[in-house]
Amino acid sequence: MLVLVAAHLFAALVLPAASRRHTRVAFAVAALLPTAALCWALAHTAPALAGRPPEESVVWSAPLSLEFAFRLDALALTMTLLVSGVGALVLLYSGRYFEPGGGDAARSAPLLLAFAGVMLGLVWSDDLLAIYVFWELTTICSFLLVGQSGVSRSSRRASLQALLVTALGGLVMLLGFIVLGEAGGTYRVSELAQQPPTGAPAAVATGLILVGVFTKSAQLPFHNWLPAAMVAPTPISTYLHAASMVKAGVFLLARLAPVLGEVGFLPATTAVFGIATMLVGGWRALREYDLKLLLAYGTVSQLGFLTVLAGAATPLGALSVAAMLLAHGLFKATLFLVVGTVDHQTGSRDLRELSGVAGRLPLVTTVAVLAALSMAGLPPTVGFVAKEAAFETFLGGEGGFLVGIGLVLGSVLTVAYSARLLWGGFAGKPGVPTSTASAAPVGLWLPAAVTACGGLVLGIAYPVIDVLAAGYAEQTFGHPAEYHLALWHGFTPPLWFSVLTLLGGLTLFLLNDRVLGLRELLPARLPDAQRGYERVMGGLERLAVGVTGRVQVGSLPTYLAIILLTVLLVPGMVMAFRDTPVEQLRGWDKVLQVPLALVILIAAAGVVRATRRMTAVLLVGVIGYGIGGMFVVGGGPDLALAQFLVETLTLVAFVLVLRRLPARFTETASSPGVQLPKVLLSVAGGVFVAFSALVFSSARDTPSVVSQEYLRRAEEEASATNVVNAIIVDFRAFDTVGEISVLAVAATGVASLVLTARSARRRRRRPADRTSTPAASAGSVTGGSDPEVAE
Amino acid sequence: MTTVNLTMAVVLGGLYAAGFYLLLQRSLMRVLLGIVVLGHGANLLLQLAGGARAGRPPMLGESPLSEMSDPFPQAMALTAIVITFALTTFLLALAYRGWVLLGHDEVQDDVEDRRIRRLESRLAEEGVEEAERELESEATR
Repeated sequence: MLVLVAAHLFAALVLPAASRRHTRVAFAVAALLPTAALCWALAHTAPALAGRPPEESVVWSAPLSLEFAFRLDALALTMTLLVSGVGALVLLYSGRYFEPGGGDAARSAPLLLAFAGVMLGLVWSDDLLAIYVFWELTTICSFLLVGQSGVSRSSRRASLQALLVTALGGLVMLLGFIVLGEAGGTYRVSELAQQPPTGAPAAVATGLILVGVFTKSAQLPFHNWLPAAMVAPTPISTYLHAASMVKAGVFLLARLAPVLGEVGFLPATTAVFGIATMLVGGWRALREYDLKLLLAYGTVSQLGFLTVLAGAATPLGALSVAAMLLAHGLFKATLFLVVGTVDHQTGSRDLRELSGVAGRLPLVTTVAVLAALSMAGLPPTVGFVAKEAAFETFLGGEGGFLVGIGLVLGSVLTVAYSARLLWGGFAGKPGVPTSTASAAPVGLWLPAAVTACGGLVLGIAYPVIDVLAAGYAEQTFGHPAEYHLALWHGFTPPLWFSVLTLLGGLTLFLLNDRVLGLRELLPARLPDAQRGYERVMGGLERLAVGVTGRVQVGSLPTYLAIILLTVLLVPGMVMAFRDTPVEQLRGWDKVLQVPLALVILIAAAGVVRATRRMTAVLLVGVIGYGIGGMFVVGGGPDLALAQFLVETLTLVAFVLVLRRLPARFTETASSPGVQLPKVLLSVAGGVFVAFSALVFSSARDTPSVVSQEYLRRAEEEASATNVVNAIIVDFRAFDTVGEISVLAVAATGVASLVLTARSARRRRRRPADRTSTPAASAGSVTGGSDPEVAE
Repeated sequence: MTTVNLTMAVVLGGLYAAGFYLLLQRSLMRVLLGIVVLGHGANLLLQLAGGARAGRPPMLGESPLSEMSDPFPQAMALTAIVITFALTTFLLALAYRGWVLLGHDEVQDDVEDRRIRRLESRLAEEGVEEAERELESEATR
């Protein structure tokens, strides 16, 4: 099983090499893999349904107990029919649909194949974490396939919306998975189903997982990404946004039904959201003029239907959700492909422009009618069989009558928009010129015909689908449903409701224009999910700008001031409010320190006030020599020596640079309002350091052992009487090596910076060299002469 | 006698205050001088961390062990002095390079950050509609 999934992905990696030049061949080759997967799954039908599902597990991280566990049970088999069956057909269809050699084709072939692979992995996975990984991979495939080249703004926005909404839901779902897995002690779905976790963890997990389900399966209030994603080329919409990916949410719900079935609020929640989605989707579908958008809202509506069924968590619900998954996949894929064909042949999919297409494309129209019958739930199609089962679930006396009424209302809308689709796409309309269309090539109608006939055949051969659906119901709930899928159950309530649905739907379709007129009476600003999404995104962007604008002001002094303020507030406050005694206070240790201190302080004050660069630099030099003096007094002759040397070198370097800079500090005068906080902050910083020096040094109560040892061992181990010297070149020689490297790096940096400046200046001057005296520019910080310039 | 004496505490405070103040300025040269002054203060603090005993140099044989100052902080301070020097010269070269390229040595606000701030204040003034258009145009520049 892993091999099949991996083969999809590997082929997707190789395919780009071929897909640009030989588009049709590439799509045909790509279709082979889903076909192979389908054949493999069909070959294992018997064990899968008999409760001995083929299993396979590949541990890829034993310490973390992460594995790819695959399992082909009845539900996985049902989904495989859709994923691989529809996948192969869509790939064949795409070969005809896309312009040969176009960028979209070159991009879509490998991506569609990769998607088929990860979707297969998703439906076969028996491990929650693997499900999550494949789940997000489908999201990414969807992003890339909707976005295509990313040239048009609408496709960018749509793909981003799909990505953000579904990835957000996926993350929330992951949390739910983790809660579930930790509560149950395992991440294997089949093991969790044996001993489902109960209580608070199960409830929390259910809530979180439902968010993922609702986003992926486009339930209210997250449904809008699905219609927006219709900017994608039609084969992609067919495969991802009708037949397979959007079903992932429902599939997950169905997969986890035995695990979450005990959670009390699950059926009610899915019923409320599902029916709301069903009604809103159907209502919107009656309003759209673009056939594809009509179908997209129809898909939203049907996904609501599926969610209600999957959340019911009863054997009968399981039976009907499996049947409905298959039925919906078949008829919706057909209709999308048909709309794509109509669009491809006539150049329009606006039902106000299309007229008389039925006469031009009779075959395509037949196919569309077959599928629409299934969508509307008319016998003898599989749609009818599935819908009867669904009605039976809620209206057959097992409770949930209100839910059943909701489903009937939703189905009325379904019938109405099915009729609207047929009328809008294919009927001749008075006053609209008949559309011109050339006959559709085989590649554009055959795949649709296959799925449409599949819907019809499965409807007539309902025992086949009953075996499949009943297999899932039994595997999930341990006992089979007493109901069996069939075309005729006698005059039962569901049948009467079906008749009611049909009549209501057709009436609604005929009165649609008047109902549309009524819509004008509704308040203009109904809550709109799309607007909500845009508000949230806009708010997020504004928040980002607000935070960035306030926090990242771009001014170095402000940043430094904030750092300094933090130092003062956090450790400063702690020190101020802790009782830290300072012992042995005394004015000075040696009298000489006082005059030196005075010199240093005066020089420091001078530096702060200096306006001439040279003055400031010289005063800093005074401070440096003063510190050197302090070192002498404090008993550090080596320190003092280094200090004097370094100070001298620093002064020289400064003076060399200062030659080139203006004499005074060129600084935009800042207002006193800015200067005063700087002064206060600096003084507070100084006080903090002085105080902490007192506190910290006073806190030390024992002499340093390390120093004692250095003093004791310097003579015998390093043969040195100068202990500081011994530490630097012997005891801590590696430190010194590091220090020398720092010096070398700094020197390299300085040299390169200065030399770059020089050569740049020379290049600038060269054209003018004829008249000026180039020697004036020779010599710089490095002090070396430059033969090239002095020529 | 490990506590730093008051004179030294005042010197440290003065050096750090001057260093902080210079660091907060906009002239790159003054910022650099601020770093140098802070470096001086830090080196002094390091040396003082050894405590003030009799304050004799740590040379064996010159004076009794008990009167010697602590050699360990001195070694650290010595390293610090040299590193400060390396840092100073490198910053000096950077400042010089900046001056050659820009013609001034002032630390200016980041241009991109300023744009975001302007955008933010405009967003605060305008209505939601204009704000969204503004964001859109900024995002797609």
